[in-house]
Amino acid sequence: MNPILTVHNLIVRRGGVTVLDINELKVETSRILALIGPNGAGKSTLLLTMAGLLKPSMGLIHYQGMSVDSSASRFNMRRSVCVVFQEPLLLNTSVYKNVALGLKLRHLTGSEIERSVEESLDYFGISFLAKRSAKTLSGGESKRVSLARAFALKPQLILLDEAFNSLDPPTRETLIDDLRNILEKTKITAVLALHDREETLRLAQDVSVMAEGRIIQSGTTAKIFNEPESEFVASFVGTETILEGTVENSNADLLGISVAGKIIEAVGNYLPGQNVYCCLRPENITVSPVIPEKISARNVFEAKIQKIIRQAFFYKMILDCGFPLVAYITVSSCEDLGLCEGSMVAVSFKATAVHVMRREK
Amino acid sequence: MELIVQGIIKAFELIISFDPEVMGITWLSLKISGTATFISLFFGVSIGAGVALTDFPGKRIVISLINTGMGLPPVVVGLFVTIMIWRSGPLGFLEILYTPYAMIIAQAIIATPIVMGISLASIQSLPANLRLQILSLGASRLQMAWILIKESKLPLLAAVMAGFGGVISEVGASIMVGGNIKGYSRVLTTATVMETGRGNFDIAIALGIILLILAFLVNLLLTHIQQRQRLR
Repeated sequence: MNPILTVHNLIVRRGGVTVLDINELKVETSRILALIGPNGAGKSTLLLTMAGLLKPSMGLIHYQGMSVDSSASRFNMRRSVCVVFQEPLLLNTSVYKNVALGLKLRHLTGSEIERSVEESLDYFGISFLAKRSAKTLSGGESKRVSLARAFALKPQLILLDEAFNSLDPPTRETLIDDLRNILEKTKITAVLALHDREETLRLAQDVSVMAEGRIIQSGTTAKIFNEPESEFVASFVGTETILEGTVENSNADLLGISVAGKIIEAVGNYLPGQNVYCCLRPENITVSPVIPEKISARNVFEAKIQKIIRQAFFYKMILDCGFPLVAYITVSSCEDLGLCEGSMVAVSFKATAVHVMRREK
Repeated sequence: MELIVQGIIKAFELIISFDPEVMGITWLSLKISGTATFISLFFGVSIGAGVALTDFPGKRIVISLINTGMGLPPVVVGLFVTIMIWRSGPLGFLEILYTPYAMIIAQAIIATPIVMGISLASIQSLPANLRLQILSLGASRLQMAWILIKESKLPLLAAVMAGFGGVISEVGASIMVGGNIKGYSRVLTTATVMETGRGNFDIAIALGIILLILAFLVNLLLTHIQQRQRLR
């Protein structure tokens, strides 16, 4: 794969404080990269730097193989890279004129502008809004207009900062679907700053996890979500259960890991005596009212249901098996099995569902 | 009381009969203050936008100076302009003292900081990311500044109103640099001062009423534009 943009040893300082310190980041052509991390992780600053809107204190940015190191090169890059900010930032004029803004700045002819604006409005399903004043739009509509304004330019690279923030759930859902379809259709390379793991899973092909101005881990979405390299990444990508343990025995890839006096079986290449984390995703835990007699899962424990928390479409169950464990269970399963807080149950999970990470302390 | 009633009656006679002298004075006032406001708009908006959109050391001091300038006492401006264009002054060779040109210069100096201060504040009050968004859509810095100025046209209309209102009603500088020469540099305010001094209250009241009507009409027009913009 050929990266459209690469960042090397990038440092951004503000008021003497280093707010961004990126060793390396590659944005692969025609792929969707999500920058995820908590608030203040530096995602927006990185986007601004990648867009040529913020001059880094140090470091190199290469865009389409060319170094971006002067005002002129930054201006050239800005003509094919576009940022869409969290807030829609529309001008006080009609939707049509807002979407046409970037095209007009490029001095395109009237018919070219018209064609691109109409196409982009159509992409986002807002052609009917063309004549409306931008002031009269709802939050979701404004967001679509600001996205249409960027896509109308047919940029090589689009950078979206928290595109779905402050949208109500149904508006957000449809926008995520539409955006994914448009990105697939147009093959525009995209970098999305997100803090929601569900949005990340639905949109991104690659993920870079950020914290405190640094990139902690980069990889494909599947790799980041299934094989987090640190406790921070694990908790951020939604591995609800992270247990501290020590490898007791290691036998042909099957590990016995002692966790709070119990042995959890897992797969991995670790030596006895090594300190590790056992990470478990809540969707990989099975709950049954009695201990199953025969089951392929290597790990079966008795547990007490401590808490059942209603989520949007399922229950989140907090269990105590000598160590804490979080499981997701559908509403109907929970009702069919008659589970309630305080009940004793059996929990099981496969050895392959346990993601083992080295623990330094 | 009788004095006031007589004054008002006489004033309306002068206005309704389109008294040539009164009309001449009114027209000159509009020309001078209108031109001065136009000049102040050019300098005020460009410098105000420039200060708002660039970061430089001492920016706060500059902004404080501009804000102070919004309340520049006209007599101080009059004094300063008089010294500059006095026969032996640095710009004496222009020989414009006691001409409408001198009045335009003085009034433009009074109005410019008002327009500058309001433009600066209105551009600064736009969302901080808006300029980055416009740049990211491919604008050059100049294009970005122009879009932002257009975006703050409502407050800029307020700046025009404030600037024009400030100079059409100003008397100190006009009298000092214009000299209140009949038919040449006599404007509504300087004429009002003179007629009041002479005890010709009827004419003074007539001029005062015209000044009020003028200020009202100009503001009515601008408010109309502003409200129409707001509703669009």
